[in-house]
Amino acid sequence: METKSIMIVGVGGQGSLLASRLLGNVLLAQGYDVKVSEVHGMSQRGGSVVTYVKYGDKVYSPVVEKGEADAVISFELLEAARCLPYLKKGGKLITSTQQIDPMPVITGAAEYPENLVEKLRNAGADVTAVDALSLAEQAGTAKASNVVLMGVLAARMDYPDELWQKALEQCVPPKFLELNKKAFELGKNA
Amino acid sequence: MKKLMLGNEAFARGLYEAGCRVVSSYPGTPSTEITEEAAKYDEIYAEWAPNEKVAMETALGASVAGARSFCGMKHVGLNVAADPLYTAAYTGVNAGMIIAVADDQGMHSSQNEQDSRHHAIASKVPMLEPSDSGECKEFVKKAFELSEEFDTPFIIRMSTRVAHSQSSVEMLDREEPELKEYTKNPQKYVMMPAYAKGRHVFVEERTKKLTEYAEVCPFNRTEISETAEFGVITNGAAYQYVKEALGDKASVLKLGMVNPLPVKLIQDFAKRYEKIYVIEELDGIIEQHCRNIGANNVQGKEIFGYIGELPQSVIAEKLLGIKKEYAQLDENIPIRPPVMCAGCPHRGLFYCLKKLGVTVSGDIGCYTLGAAAPLNAIDTTICMGASISALHGFNKARGNESEHKTVAVIGDSTFMHSGMTGLVNIAYNNSNSTVIILDNSITGMTGHQQNPTTGKNLRGDPAAAVNLEELCRAIGIKRVRVTDPYHLAETEQAIKEELAADEASVIISRRPCALLKYVKHNPPFRVDTDKCVGCKACMKLGCPAISIHGKKAVIDHTQCVGCGICKEQCKFGAIE
Repeated sequence: METKSIMIVGVGGQGSLLASRLLGNVLLAQGYDVKVSEVHGMSQRGGSVVTYVKYGDKVYSPVVEKGEADAVISFELLEAARCLPYLKKGGKLITSTQQIDPMPVITGAAEYPENLVEKLRNAGADVTAVDALSLAEQAGTAKASNVVLMGVLAARMDYPDELWQKALEQCVPPKFLELNKKAFELGKNA
Repeated sequence: MKKLMLGNEAFARGLYEAGCRVVSSYPGTPSTEITEEAAKYDEIYAEWAPNEKVAMETALGASVAGARSFCGMKHVGLNVAADPLYTAAYTGVNAGMIIAVADDQGMHSSQNEQDSRHHAIASKVPMLEPSDSGECKEFVKKAFELSEEFDTPFIIRMSTRVAHSQSSVEMLDREEPELKEYTKNPQKYVMMPAYAKGRHVFVEERTKKLTEYAEVCPFNRTEISETAEFGVITNGAAYQYVKEALGDKASVLKLGMVNPLPVKLIQDFAKRYEKIYVIEELDGIIEQHCRNIGANNVQGKEIFGYIGELPQSVIAEKLLGIKKEYAQLDENIPIRPPVMCAGCPHRGLFYCLKKLGVTVSGDIGCYTLGAAAPLNAIDTTICMGASISALHGFNKARGNESEHKTVAVIGDSTFMHSGMTGLVNIAYNNSNSTVIILDNSITGMTGHQQNPTTGKNLRGDPAAAVNLEELCRAIGIKRVRVTDPYHLAETEQAIKEELAADEASVIISRRPCALLKYVKHNPPFRVDTDKCVGCKACMKLGCPAISIHGKKAVIDHTQCVGCGICKEQCKFGAIE
C-alpha cells in the first residue's frame, strides 16, 4: 500500500502526543510499517504543536509536508486553518470547534479570524467539525478532547474496535482509562 | 516482540541489550529521553550530572573501570564536554563507551544549528549516524563492540527527526558482559606530555584502521536502482527524505559511519554515474571529503545550502522540479508562539524587570521566553551560564552607569550547570553585579528533570540538595535574598534595592514550576465585569489565560491556576 499521512495538530498541552501514539499503535497492530514524529521542547509551551503519523508497506520520511496529508486532525480551530495547506486535494479535515487565543490575539496585535469552518469548506476541504471540548467534559474532563477526536477519526477508518480499545489500554494510565474509553465512544458516535 | 519506539527510546533499549551499566548525562532537547528511558532499566545505573563535561568524565571513568558506559547530550552540550572528549580520544577505553550527541537541524529547540560532525573530525573520535529507531538500537549495540575493538569512545549522532520519531523496533534480551579487569596503565590513562605523545601516535594509527573499517562497515550501504539516472550520497535523517522523494530514480550510498568516511567505497560509487548529489543536512562535510578523494562529479551545498532540514519536498523540487499543490485560506492566520504557562513563576519577575526598565542578560531555559512580547524583557541570550559572566563583562565595560540598571537571570539548573563559575568571577573580580536565580525547583524546558538543587535524583529518590543561599554566600556574595515572584511589590522592591546597592548581590526568585504535580493550585480567578474598566493593565503580564472580550478582561478558567499576580496588578479590584 502506498504510504498514507495523517497530521495531528493543536496547542501545546492539548495532548497531541498521546493521540499520535494511540493512532500509531492501532496502525502497527493492523500490520503496517508506521512512523510517528513529534517535536518536543520549546514548542510545547503553549505554541502550535504538530505531530505526523505515516503508515504503509514501507515508510521512509517521518515528516508530512504541504499537499501531502490524507487527513488533518486538529484540536483547535485556528490550528486547523494554519494546517490547511498540508492537506492533500480531497483530504479529510477533522477539527474541534474549540478556540484558544494565541498571544498576538491576547495582546490585541491580531484578531482571531471568524467563521473558519465555513472558510475551510469554501477552500475545498472535506471538513468534519466537532465540539470535542463539550463531549470531553461530558466524559468527565476537558483534557480528553484529544481522545474524543480519535473516536471521530476511528469512525472514519475501517479498523476493528478492539484494536483501538487495546491501544487505549497501552497508551492511557489505568486510572484514566474508563474516562478515556467514554470519551472515545462519544467521539465515535459524534 | 515489536514495539513502536522513539529513536531515543530505541537508543536506550540498545544500551540495555548491550549490557551498559553506567549512564551519566545532562538533559537537552532532543537527547533527553535516551537517559530517562535508560533509567527505567534496573540493570543500568543512570544519573543526571550537573553538566555535560561532568557527565562525559563520569562515563569515561566508568569505562576505564571496566563497565560499558554512556553519556548523552544535545549538540551544544558537546561543546561543554569537548575538553574530556578530545583527550578521551587519546586514552581510549577499557570497556566500551558511547557518547550521544543530538543535533537540532531546523532549530526546533536550540540556540544554534551547529553540525557536531566537526567535533568528531577534530577530536578524531569515530561517529555513527542512524536514520530510524531500529538503526538506533542496532548502531548502539555494534558501537560498544567497535569501541572495545578499536580502543576508542564512539559518538552516535542523533537529530531531532531521528530522536523524536517513532518506528518499530524488535526487542531482544540483555547480554551481561562481565566487568572488564582494571589494571593500572599510566601510559594509556595519564595524559601528561610524555605519555600523550605515545597515544597521539596510537590515535593516528587507529584512524587509519577505522578508515579501512569504514570501507566494509555494514552501516555504509549501497542501494542500486536499475532505473537510476544519478547517484545520491546521504546520511542520517536525510536518507529517509531521499528515499521518499526519489524512490527508484536514484541509486543511494547511505553512510551510517560518518567519521572517518570511507574512500574507495565512495570513489567506486561516484564512478557509476555522471552526476552524484550529496544530500546532507547542515555542513558539506561528505561533499568536501568527496572532492578531497578525487570524486569531483559531486554537487551538494550549491543546490541545497547549509540551513535547516532537507525534507522530501526540497529534494523533489531541486532535483526533479516537482512541486506539490495545496490550498490555503486568504486570511491572516495569527502566529502561535510558545509562551510562559499560566501561573508560571517567571512571569511576575519579568514583569517587574520590564516595569523598571532594567537591561537583562539572559540564559537558556523556559525563562528565555521572557524575551517575547508583551514582556520583551531580555536583552541577550547566548549559551548555558553566559548570563552571569556576560553581565560581569557588561558592567566592567560600562561601570557605574550599567551596574545599577543591569541584571542577569538564570534558572536553578542552568546555575548549577555553568552559572556558578560566573558568580565566582563576580565575587573574585569584584564587580557590582546583580544576579537573579529563577529557582523553580526543576529543569523545566526539557520536560521536568531533577537537578542538584531539587533534593531528588533521576529516579525521583531523595538526594543531597544544594542550598543556593549558602552556596552564593560561600562564593563570597554578601547580599543574598529570597523573594516570591507571585508577590509583585516584594519582587520589585528587592530588585530596586539590590540594584541600588554598591556591592554584588544575588536575588533568588523562588517558586516551584506551576506544572509540577505536587504544586497545589488555587481556584481560578474571575473578572467582575462591573468593576473592570478595560484598562488592560492585566494584559501587560502576557498571561495566556487572560484576554479581552467586549472591552473587558476575561479569565479562562480552564487555564488559570490562581497565581494572583493579575489580581495584584488590577487597581480596580475587578479580579477576585
